[in-house]
Amino acid sequence: MKKRKFGLALSMLLAAGTILGACGTATDKGNEKESDATGTNGETAEFSVAMVTDVGGVDDKSFNQSAWKGIQEWGAEHNLNKGDGGYDYLQSVDDSDYIPNLNALARRDFNLVYGVGFLMEDAIGEIAQQQKETEFAIIDGVVEEPNVASVLFKEQEGAFLAGVAAALMSETKKIGFVGGMDIPVIERFEAGFVEGVKAVDPSIKVDIQYTGAFDKAELGKATANRMYSSDIDIIFHAAGGTGNGVFTEAKERKKADANANVWVIGVDSDQYDEGKVGDHNVTLTSMLKRVDVAVKDIANKAKEGKFPGGETIVFGLSDDGVGLADSRGAIPQEILDQIDEYAQKLASGEIEVPEHRQK
Amino acid sequence: MSNRVIKILVPVISIFLGLLVGAIVMIFSGYDPIAGYIALWNGIFGDVYAIGETIRQISPYILAGLAVAFAFRTGLFNIGVEGQLMVGWFAAAYVGMAFELPKAIHLPFALIAAAVAGALWGLIPGILKATLRVHEVIVTIMMNYVALHTVNALIKAVSDGGYKTEKVKPTASLRSDFLSQLTDYSTLHYGILVALAMVVVMWFILEKTKTGFELKAVGFNDQASQYAGMNVNRNIVLSMVISGAFAGLGGAMEALGTFGNMSSRGGFTGIGFDGIAVALLGANSPLGVIFGASLFGSLKYGANNMPNAAGIPLEIVSIVIALIIFFVASGYIIRVLLTRFNKKKEAK
Repeated sequence: MKKRKFGLALSMLLAAGTILGACGTATDKGNEKESDATGTNGETAEFSVAMVTDVGGVDDKSFNQSAWKGIQEWGAEHNLNKGDGGYDYLQSVDDSDYIPNLNALARRDFNLVYGVGFLMEDAIGEIAQQQKETEFAIIDGVVEEPNVASVLFKEQEGAFLAGVAAALMSETKKIGFVGGMDIPVIERFEAGFVEGVKAVDPSIKVDIQYTGAFDKAELGKATANRMYSSDIDIIFHAAGGTGNGVFTEAKERKKADANANVWVIGVDSDQYDEGKVGDHNVTLTSMLKRVDVAVKDIANKAKEGKFPGGETIVFGLSDDGVGLADSRGAIPQEILDQIDEYAQKLASGEIEVPEHRQK
Repeated sequence: MSNRVIKILVPVISIFLGLLVGAIVMIFSGYDPIAGYIALWNGIFGDVYAIGETIRQISPYILAGLAVAFAFRTGLFNIGVEGQLMVGWFAAAYVGMAFELPKAIHLPFALIAAAVAGALWGLIPGILKATLRVHEVIVTIMMNYVALHTVNALIKAVSDGGYKTEKVKPTASLRSDFLSQLTDYSTLHYGILVALAMVVVMWFILEKTKTGFELKAVGFNDQASQYAGMNVNRNIVLSMVISGAFAGLGGAMEALGTFGNMSSRGGFTGIGFDGIAVALLGANSPLGVIFGASLFGSLKYGANNMPNAAGIPLEIVSIVIALIIFFVASGYIIRVLLTRFNKKKEAK
């Protein structure tokens, strides 16, 4: 009896061995194929790009998604396919994934690798020193290495326009701002927004709240609930996934009472679809941060051999880097015209928006 | 079938089942499981770089696992490893950047600072439990939040309103050129040696000292221990302090090795919570923790290669990894089934 069982166990072990063995050979074959592919493609090397997301993930409805959209569009324009030698992305689950992910893409011989998010500054700085052949670009951060291009946005200019729109549209003359983490990027949103409101009507009070996280929709909802309950009618969020909770709260109020005067100003990409509730929409407009424009711009420059390594490139209103989304009728034309006037003053330098909050 | 055969069969079958169910998930969602598992394997052991990163990932898991396991042996459920790890992380990062000392003093100083910070964070729930019988689970959970936001505020304070601390000085770093050259520029650092040393320390305390015997006795039955003349309250506090020190050292791995600094965080690291699973997988023994941490660390790091090399989305990968760990953790069920199967056969 015992012997038979032992025999069974032994044969199972053997079977496991063969399966694992098969894995081994398959890997070898895979590697050969890969090296073949790169070998033949090597002569007609296409320019390939890839990106590493921060912990928000590629479908964050915010700047990671926008960056990936830019890369996909750029890839389509240049007839590239997703994968090695074309374009691709890797997601980070944890801060400690940044370095391995950046390294993995550099090793897969992508010519240009983007790190999306200021949190990746240190990681890019380290990898850029090791992988000197690869060109890197960091969004929302500055890394001073010869093979790294740093991309910043003048969020304050876009947020200024959002502030103007909110101040002109507010009926209760009370406006809210919900931020994610209190970091330099988000401070630029806050500073610009507050300036924009003040430019229209200094008596309007802006309630500024930070939730401390970009991925806590429930906190966003709770904050929005408190704000709407205290008579605030327009909330601008710069809080990534946390901001989805602001939309949820506004939509619930709109659903309960179709005449409720609640609005949300979206951020980064056009968040019109987030605000749909039945026939209504709570999205007043969205402050666009065109990471996709920046990503494509850097990729084009790099492909032509004019990679701006070691430089910091700032995308503002005049470069189409920031702006407001189509309000689809939520904002009347005469107010849009007023916003346009401010936009022209910003573009001409007549108005300078501070990057930091005014104490 | 003898007991020994069952002992060997149980982990083998449970890992196999985990892989099998994971494969079914991948097939149903339209991905190639063989390519996926090859990518997982290569992500863990594929080349020296992967091995280096895997070991790097394992180091804090060992310490977090030790922290949970140590408290468990005294009958305490330390959910606060996460917070203790974060204060340790900050303490090590701060000492690493703020002082100018020779390496022989600086590095141990930074490590001790991390251990002390973690220990202090463990001391509070320990004292509350010992004196007022406040349940340590509640206190430690709340202490996690206190740690998160206190550390964020401290980072801001020491960096002039910034969001991350300066890099630690080379004299306090666990990184070395030797290790990174050996592993093709991975972030492997000497922290693994610290972690393994702590495994020995835990084993020594528990098995070779009178204190360890008392700690375990309190864990088995605190009233009997009291009756036997042991100071139960003192042992509860001591256990939480040592547990916190292990967790604090886990934070030092991140501060002095992996990252070299600390950035303000929006949420928890997750290492401390995974430490609970690591400790349970390892049956709360020092050696078992090494195995639990190795399984967790290599799966966590290797999983990143599945989207990279096999194109499987991260969400599917998370399910597959969770399934493997689930089946390993439920080894008990397999053991029961095997024994029953065995008995039936023998009855015939």
